[in-house]
Amino acid sequence: MSRKLPALNSDNQPFWQGGEQQTLLIHHCADCEQYFHPPAAICPRCNSAQVSPRAVSGHGHIVSFTINYQPWADDLEVPYVIAIIELDEQVGLRLVSNIVGCAPESVAINQRVVVHFVQFEDVWIPQFEVVS
Amino acid sequence: MSADYIGEKNVAISGIGQSEVGRPSQQSAMQLTADACFKALADAGLTKDDIDGVACWPGDNNNGDAFSPIGPNALISTLGLKVNWFGAGYEAPGPLAGIINGAMAIATGLCKHVLVFRTITESSRRQTDKTASALNNKTIGRDSSFFWQWYTPFNVRSAINLAAMYAQRHFHEYGTTEEQLAQIALTCRKNAELNPNAVFRTPLSMEQYLSSRMISSPLRLFDCDVHCDNSIAIILSRKDIAQDLRNPPICIDGIGSALKQPWSWDQIDLTGMAAIDAAEMMWRRSDYKPKDIGNAQLYDGFSIFALIWLEALGLCPRGESGAFVDGGSRISRQGELPINTNGGQLSGGRTHGLGYIVEACEQLWGRSGERQLPAHNVAVAAAGGGPLASSLLLVKE
Repeated sequence: MSRKLPALNSDNQPFWQGGEQQTLLIHHCADCEQYFHPPAAICPRCNSAQVSPRAVSGHGHIVSFTINYQPWADDLEVPYVIAIIELDEQVGLRLVSNIVGCAPESVAINQRVVVHFVQFEDVWIPQFEVVS
Repeated sequence: MSADYIGEKNVAISGIGQSEVGRPSQQSAMQLTADACFKALADAGLTKDDIDGVACWPGDNNNGDAFSPIGPNALISTLGLKVNWFGAGYEAPGPLAGIINGAMAIATGLCKHVLVFRTITESSRRQTDKTASALNNKTIGRDSSFFWQWYTPFNVRSAINLAAMYAQRHFHEYGTTEEQLAQIALTCRKNAELNPNAVFRTPLSMEQYLSSRMISSPLRLFDCDVHCDNSIAIILSRKDIAQDLRNPPICIDGIGSALKQPWSWDQIDLTGMAAIDAAEMMWRRSDYKPKDIGNAQLYDGFSIFALIWLEALGLCPRGESGAFVDGGSRISRQGELPINTNGGQLSGGRTHGLGYIVEACEQLWGRSGERQLPAHNVAVAAAGGGPLASSLLLVKE
């Protein structure tokens, strides 16, 4: 199915293209030594400009999820799972993504997940699969 | 009360007006708007020449789409108003922001009477395009929005997907059940049965709720508000002037508009939203307490938001909203805390914000007809979900 894709810029490009090298790149502040998401040119905690994308393990767990059943568009294959993932690197380091590769009804909060990438044009969308 | 200067206490609601609630309406967006404005002026006992300010949320966003087809520019020009101040814009603390901005204009002395309004024509729009309000249609081509680009590539197509994840988390953390969540929809429907302006007025049973289509688990069709065409106008007046007008002034005793978390749907407290920031601020600015509330009008764009507002406002303890609404008696018109007494947006219609103010005022003024509650003087109205949140404590003097 087609995707709405992001317009790339210098702040978000590492996140959306890191998947070309199979790495999930999350912005990290060298001054307060914390990750943050979404990426930006300034650390939202300490406002340092010493920020840069850093490869993370791609492992995490499901904080919440929903199974979308509504066919919002003709080319949308339903059902599919949207989830909020917390990455292992830092408590509260969260992003919205999808859970793929399993029956939607089998997804549950706290399941362990690992990143996989799916490419559309010049964007590598990070999705997650449940680790058994 | 710890805040030093609480300027909103100098501001009162002096009149309200609402157009028909159409699904869809045959009237144009401006006809609906003018109808609401003239009704509100007549209700306050004012004329258009008294109005020296205009506020709206979100305004027409330079595109006038069905989410908000009329902004202050159009209204001022069409009605021939002469104003000292006007303002609108989406980037504000949610659907009550027009009231809050208008109150600030009065508290600073810029204006004596501010016309606040909100028009929506999503029902008409959906006659030709069911996907008109989808998030992926907010931007054309690649998503350059600072916020939506973190959702739309993952096929987050509607705010329901985000609200559903709050509900799922609430169920997980607190043991809230789908039968408990259902009580928001069932309570709204019961109230709408007595509201001649409501969209859905036929009885709704638990069985019908539980067998309704799942849209984005655990939220079902009946957890979603119903699109309509409508306009609402609220007249804010300086309190000392309002005391000489037609209606007993309904004073703004406290505004809650704080945002102390990122403007994000996933980087905030998933079971508290921005509602916890707004509510905490509102109570800090008032001597009233949750036990004083006679009617509560809580945002129900999706049902889960009403549960979260119940907790955020301290109307029940954090995590206990499911148990609080269980069985529906506490939040019914006969209960200790009647909510959404006009049917809310779930059954009354998605007026998107100001409908809560209209009903809070009608109840305080004793004009709610068959659904009128016993006389009371204090109400709370709260609107918004996710990072959008604001609340108002309203007191009839």
